[in-house]
Amino acid sequence: MPIREIVEQIKRGDKSCKDILNDIFPRIEQGHKKLNTFITLFIDRAMERAEKLDKMISSGKETGCLTGIPVAIKDNMLLEGTPTTCGSKMLENYISPYTATAVRKLEEAGAVIVGKTNMDEFAMGSSGENSFFGPTKNPHDPAKIPGGSSSGSAAAVADGQVMAALGSDTGGSIRQPAAMCGVVGMKPTYGFVSRYGLVAFASSLDQIGPFASTVEDAALVLKVIAGHDPKDSTSGNLGGWTPDPILKLDKGIEGRKIGIPKEYMAEGLSDDIRQRIEDTAKGLEKKGAIIKRDISLSLTDYSVAVYYIIAPAEASANLARYDGVKYGYRSMQGKDLQDDYKLSRQEGFGDEVKRRIMIGTYALSSGYYDAYYLKAQKVRELMKKDFMKVFNEVDFILAPTTPSTAFEIGEKIDDPLQMYLFDIYTTSCNLTGLPGMSIPAGKDSNGLPIGIQLITRWYNDPHLFTLAKEIEKIYEQ
Amino acid sequence: MNSNKYQTVIGLEVHVHLKTVTKLFCRCRNEFGGVPNTHICPVCTGQPGSLPVINKQAVKQATKAALVLGCEIQRTSGTVKRRIDEKGKYVFESGTTGTFDSVFSRKQYFYPDLPKNYQISQYEKPLAVDGKVFLEEASILLTRVHMEEDAGKLIHTEGDISLVDYNRTGAPLIEVVTEPRIDSPRKASEYLKRLRQILRYCDISDCDMEKGSMRCDANISLKKSDDTQLGTKVEIKNMNSFKAVEKALEYEVLRIAKLLDEGEKIIQETRLWDESRSMTFSMRSKEEAHDYRYFPDPDLPSLIIEDALIDEIGTELPKELPLDRKHRYMEAPLCLSDYDAEVLTQDKVVADYFEEALKGLKVHSPGCAGKLSNWITVELFGMINSQGIEFSDQPVKPEYMAELIEFIEDGKISGKMAKDIIREIWDTGKSPFCIIEEKGLKQITSYDEIEKICQGVIDDNPGIVKKYLDGKEGVIGALVGGVMKKTQGQANPNRVNEKLKEILKGK
Repeated sequence: MPIREIVEQIKRGDKSCKDILNDIFPRIEQGHKKLNTFITLFIDRAMERAEKLDKMISSGKETGCLTGIPVAIKDNMLLEGTPTTCGSKMLENYISPYTATAVRKLEEAGAVIVGKTNMDEFAMGSSGENSFFGPTKNPHDPAKIPGGSSSGSAAAVADGQVMAALGSDTGGSIRQPAAMCGVVGMKPTYGFVSRYGLVAFASSLDQIGPFASTVEDAALVLKVIAGHDPKDSTSGNLGGWTPDPILKLDKGIEGRKIGIPKEYMAEGLSDDIRQRIEDTAKGLEKKGAIIKRDISLSLTDYSVAVYYIIAPAEASANLARYDGVKYGYRSMQGKDLQDDYKLSRQEGFGDEVKRRIMIGTYALSSGYYDAYYLKAQKVRELMKKDFMKVFNEVDFILAPTTPSTAFEIGEKIDDPLQMYLFDIYTTSCNLTGLPGMSIPAGKDSNGLPIGIQLITRWYNDPHLFTLAKEIEKIYEQ
Repeated sequence: MNSNKYQTVIGLEVHVHLKTVTKLFCRCRNEFGGVPNTHICPVCTGQPGSLPVINKQAVKQATKAALVLGCEIQRTSGTVKRRIDEKGKYVFESGTTGTFDSVFSRKQYFYPDLPKNYQISQYEKPLAVDGKVFLEEASILLTRVHMEEDAGKLIHTEGDISLVDYNRTGAPLIEVVTEPRIDSPRKASEYLKRLRQILRYCDISDCDMEKGSMRCDANISLKKSDDTQLGTKVEIKNMNSFKAVEKALEYEVLRIAKLLDEGEKIIQETRLWDESRSMTFSMRSKEEAHDYRYFPDPDLPSLIIEDALIDEIGTELPKELPLDRKHRYMEAPLCLSDYDAEVLTQDKVVADYFEEALKGLKVHSPGCAGKLSNWITVELFGMINSQGIEFSDQPVKPEYMAELIEFIEDGKISGKMAKDIIREIWDTGKSPFCIIEEKGLKQITSYDEIEKICQGVIDDNPGIVKKYLDGKEGVIGALVGGVMKKTQGQANPNRVNEKLKEILKGK
């Protein structure tokens, strides 16, 4: 049942928010035990909110469009009074002193947040295996990775533990686990959703976005959390106007031009996924869309390299604050200040985080800044131009989300470079700021979900949902 | 040791704390003092997920400072500079350095008073470039002015514990950098005085070195006159007053000259000034290279100064700078002394008060302006200091000041009486006229009246008169004193003196 209809039921009085929560609670309990989806659950807090909402409804007060809907948020988003660990020992005991804007909007719309989901430490990872609190497992096959870094949010939605969730996407961390887990996951245009209260990984790449089981539900959540925020200087200001994703859902795609970049369909892509994209394209042609199979994004090969210079560079500065002085893990073994810093960070951070901080520090250091960081930023500008050219020819890009479906837990963890290459199709959206969505497109021959990716122009997010809705209809059978 | 064969090359970096209501990137109060860690928030304590948002008032203050210091600024419609035209007026004109953005950069290093372990500053693309500060007999070129946030304060207690106070973290600063062309410690301290005067005058900062709202670091090197290259520079820190800056640099000139004379190599290092021992000492045993790994802060857009803001500032900047105003006071018709003009133009409110009072002076005898100046800087300042209040809070209206001076010039009251009257004005807020009327404080100036009283005093003091007539002319003071006593200080002392001498002559 779409979220919209459940909310209508609640507002009509057919069901109470408390009922909804009580119904879903066993699913959460069991699911979490099996899949390790949550780092912190706060059912009591959720229950209080549900009761409050029920009181408001019965006294005739207005409540929002997500009233009573159980949702989860990734554990790198601050919610006042709750732990925000970022999947790390460094912040294991950190209690949020304020609430992130996007999260506040969720609560103001009446959503009931049940807990904080598991994630790769500080959002650095593509498999869910980099969490201090143990890996999350894929609901379709617990031996497989759920994807990362928003592993818990994707898995919780796929497993029916919550009706929607928030994740964050810096290099693919919403879209990729959405593909692995067979749910809808969307990264909006950079600046569309406020980053205030999202623990920064790479400031120029991070965005918060929704997970849901259907396109319409995802659109609804995005509508709630989007909009200019004066507390975030990078938050887009469209003169007071926020594009509405719900508005364009059923507009159809007759006459729309959809491009498939030939570089994305080359070697390295699994046959199942390649075929699925072709099938999808044919299905869309039947609906009146025009498919162009020869568009070119010539800089595709550079996207992972550019990403793995810029993201760690920004991260090395963003994670410098974790030193045990003001909050977070502090080693008590240090003999002086320098020692304190070294030991706290050595012991508080996991391997992948340390790896990326080192890469980033190197890329920004004197003598290397020009060759690495500056160069990467220049290529990034070229990539934007590349996409602008393509969007002169087409309105949307249809592409794979990942080169393959979910792999085994433990399979790539010892080969960071292999892990990085898994991000090949998703990093471009972060580097250019373009909006991208992964939607489920059936399963592969092993029964694992396939996700395909849709990309469009900056701030054309609502139309992305239009296309997604049409594709969803194709796979509804 | 001959330090005259070397040229001194000094560059100064001054950090100035801007007067704004809130901090540079958050809404916390920008105030000194206060209970530690009470003016803080997630942004200025570097909590996870917090983001900086630029304070527009701080941008305005920084832009104002840059313009008044003659720097070039990028605005939406091109670059702009403020300079004096042929008529002696300040005008805005296009700059010459081409277009440039102003960008915030992260300066990265680890220290407990820096919550994010990076400082948001400006590196390759500062707010403003070039600039000039006029001294009495020279001008100091500026390289740049840029904006940055301040760090917190560390307090070292006894034992191994240090405490950190984040009240000051995120406070808005500008850094003013001179070209390395200041050629003497004297000029360095004069530059600091003028810089302070200008910035206080325009209400940009309090520039109080004791409170820390103005901090100065210096770079100094020596070279032989025929050397084209600059010598190795030494950085000096921890100078807490203008005098300290001058002394520290003088010390360094001698120290470096001695080393050069002995053929020693100058080590590029940071040295701290020790006020108690009047010497500098090296801060580190080996030089640690600081790689700050600057990069543009992705959380903040480029800083673009709107044309409208420049126009707004243009209307708010004073039409003349303090040094110009001082020179005007020294010229006709005011003809104030260098010292008086300097004191009056230290603070805009004082100079404004002076000119307001001048308007009320109808009598413009020579020296009138000087008298007024004296009354302000000696009497008024004296009362202000003893009360411990600000000049702008003192109660004597400028028109009353003028009235008082008028009465003195007319001979209606004596200088001494005026001192009492001004205290009355302070306490009661009444005009001099009212006070004089009410208390009947008229100076006795009529020769007949004075003659009568003088005669009386002479008759009463035959002993003193005899001494005077015997040649001890100084004792006339005692007779004058007697007359003053009899008239409760209301007799004009000069005329009393005259009359007494006249009468005694006749004896």
